[in-house]
Amino acid sequence: MTKPYRYTLGSQTYEFRNLAELMARATPARSGDRLAGVMARSAEERAVAQMTLAEVPLKTFLSEALIPYEKDEITRLIMDDHDAQAFAPIAHLTVGDFRNWLLSDHASPALLQQVRAGITPEMAAAVSKIMRNQDLILVAQKCHVTSAFRNTIGLPKRLSTRLQPNHPTDDMNGIAASILDGLLYGSGDAVIGINPATDNVPQATRLLKLMDEVIQRYDIPTQSCVLTHVTNTLECIEHGAPVDLVFQSIGGTEDTNSSFGFNLATLAEAEAAAQSLGRGTVGNNVMYFETGQGSSLSANAHHGLDQQTCEARAYAVARKFNPLLVNTVVGFIGPEYLFDGKEIIRAGLEDHFCAKLLGLPMGCDVCYTNHAEADQNDMDNLLTLLGAAGCSFVMGIPGSDDIMLNYQTTSFHDALYARRVLGLGAAPEFEAWLERMHIMSNAPAACLSDALPPAFAESLQGLPANSDGSEHDEQEAQHG
Amino acid sequence: MVDQPEQPAWQGVVDNPWRRLRQFTAARIGLGRSGVSLPTNEMLAFQLAHAQARDAVHTPLDFAALTQQLEQLSEQQPLLSNEPPLHVHSQAVDRMTYLQRPDLGRRLDEASRVLLQQEQQQPERPFDLAIVVADGLSATAIAHNALPFIDALTQQLANDAEPWSLAPITLVEQGRVAVGDDVGELLNARIALVLIGERPGLSSPDSLGLYLTFAPQRGLHDARRNCISNIRPEGLNYAQAAERAAYLLRESRRLKISGVALKDRSGALENTSDSDGPQTIDNNNDNNTPTEGTPNTFLL
Repeated sequence: MTKPYRYTLGSQTYEFRNLAELMARATPARSGDRLAGVMARSAEERAVAQMTLAEVPLKTFLSEALIPYEKDEITRLIMDDHDAQAFAPIAHLTVGDFRNWLLSDHASPALLQQVRAGITPEMAAAVSKIMRNQDLILVAQKCHVTSAFRNTIGLPKRLSTRLQPNHPTDDMNGIAASILDGLLYGSGDAVIGINPATDNVPQATRLLKLMDEVIQRYDIPTQSCVLTHVTNTLECIEHGAPVDLVFQSIGGTEDTNSSFGFNLATLAEAEAAAQSLGRGTVGNNVMYFETGQGSSLSANAHHGLDQQTCEARAYAVARKFNPLLVNTVVGFIGPEYLFDGKEIIRAGLEDHFCAKLLGLPMGCDVCYTNHAEADQNDMDNLLTLLGAAGCSFVMGIPGSDDIMLNYQTTSFHDALYARRVLGLGAAPEFEAWLERMHIMSNAPAACLSDALPPAFAESLQGLPANSDGSEHDEQEAQHG
Repeated sequence: MVDQPEQPAWQGVVDNPWRRLRQFTAARIGLGRSGVSLPTNEMLAFQLAHAQARDAVHTPLDFAALTQQLEQLSEQQPLLSNEPPLHVHSQAVDRMTYLQRPDLGRRLDEASRVLLQQEQQQPERPFDLAIVVADGLSATAIAHNALPFIDALTQQLANDAEPWSLAPITLVEQGRVAVGDDVGELLNARIALVLIGERPGLSSPDSLGLYLTFAPQRGLHDARRNCISNIRPEGLNYAQAAERAAYLLRESRRLKISGVALKDRSGALENTSDSDGPQTIDNNNDNNTPTEGTPNTFLL
């Protein structure tokens, strides 16, 4: 299909059969590429692959499709939507030059925005493979991407949060309790988003109504989402449910998305349906996508590509449909794809960089599972690095413990830590609401009020007074 | 810094009065704070829970005990095959391999394939259902929940007008969800129902997951499966889970489909709070009389 790439180091000549293999061999080590059998076979081979990749002209990515054009609608999307005019300022560069160009003072936020549509996911993936973590942070920070629905996500020096009030049985009061906890810790400006315990249209409708009522009752400048399959949300819309955002997990190959049960036409239909409801007030970005390295391999739909390149290709899908939010759920998939804290941190920074470079409102589910070699300290590191990189949003969940999905992500407390230590605010509309409701005494400084905000004190008044939750505390102790 | 703000006096940890909402959820709400950070006791409690979850991932399942329990159950439940459960093994030889090689956990090893091929002696008459129990990432989930769930499910299915023929239950060691495709195909079953230990959460180390596949065969995509998650007494209880599973099984058999095309419209869940605390909240708000379809919670 394509020509081999060669590099001679001393007396040894390294050969890479094609661009896909070169990309894979140049990728920093991770367990998913080992599982797929595409990883570099030695540290030296990886370094040589990176040097070889640095010499590849960016133009090559426009003529050498990693998955054939005829076989994959994502390849067709990438090629057909490529903007040659936007590409012009960087058309003469190699991958190595591109890194220098991105890091240069010449590459201003305005210029990065101008070339965005000329960059393909594979170009972004390629350059990320020869960038250190600090490079990924520095350039991402220059890529400004904003989106809007009932508030504005992604403004500079802002860090939004998805309030994730999941409950193992979708119990309405249980979910409401976590929503209240989150709101009172200043969380929820990106979205109040529930992963339902199962894909079920009646249940999704109930959850949508609950969140819609809460948002209306407290006049919260935010949006809601039930993270159910796109076809379920379409049914919800047909039945008149109050749908703000349409959710879908997406991957970077057509076969991955087939395994998820949708294609590009499905997403186009969903975007049009949600936009027709006209529920946004300051914008009409209605899609919420989740991604994560390893999903294509997990579906055996990776076509021999490394998992980070597959991931970047998913961003072509995302940017076609003008999302409000894109979220890389970086540590959720497990140790067979990202083995430990080091690999999770690297992947989180890569995903955020590639998505921002391509113009997506990228957030990150800074997370890990209990079978991965990672802990809270690793998450502290990644959260801090992403905050410095200008990440659009992170998750917020009570005490980092998702009792439905059984993994650990960032807590309401964690987001406030990041806001304070990095001087980041919430979305401006939401920040004003936090002060108006007396949740925060000084929202820009992330200072919570000591007193219970009056509007919520009223809601708590009807509760039984002496139920202090001791029952669940005991259960926790027993589980131990 | 020249500008020195007034130092607030140390007041100790700020408690959250809404902690009492824990009657509705096992989520770690109302933790309180020092500044914006976790109080020491909550931070250490989390560390302990994580340490225990890490330990739980590596606990092996006691297959001999489970086999014995299932044999006892089949004496009480005529629907269950009176043949003893079949104990098979995936291609993942041990736990560390299992964790790093999901592809091996999805396939039966050769000895297991031979065993199951011998089992299906009447290939012209398919079983309606093959129940497959796999350890997955939490042996605790299987040890606690597999038996009572199977008991509840067989009660649900026992009186169906069109009777169900069940293959012998298959127990898979080091198994992942898709191993049910191998088992279902070899046993010539119309539907495979995989019960598997989900990855342990901090507060739920024993969550059982259920995956249904019509016409199971090796290599099917996940879009062909229906899932019911979080089956355990503190989550979706056995009766509710069995009711929904029975609904999906009947619909799957009737429509000859599973996965994205098979929508769960059982709508059986009304109020499933995981505590026995009060379910009805009187918030004394006249403007908030629940209307048709409006969720009833303390927040509204």
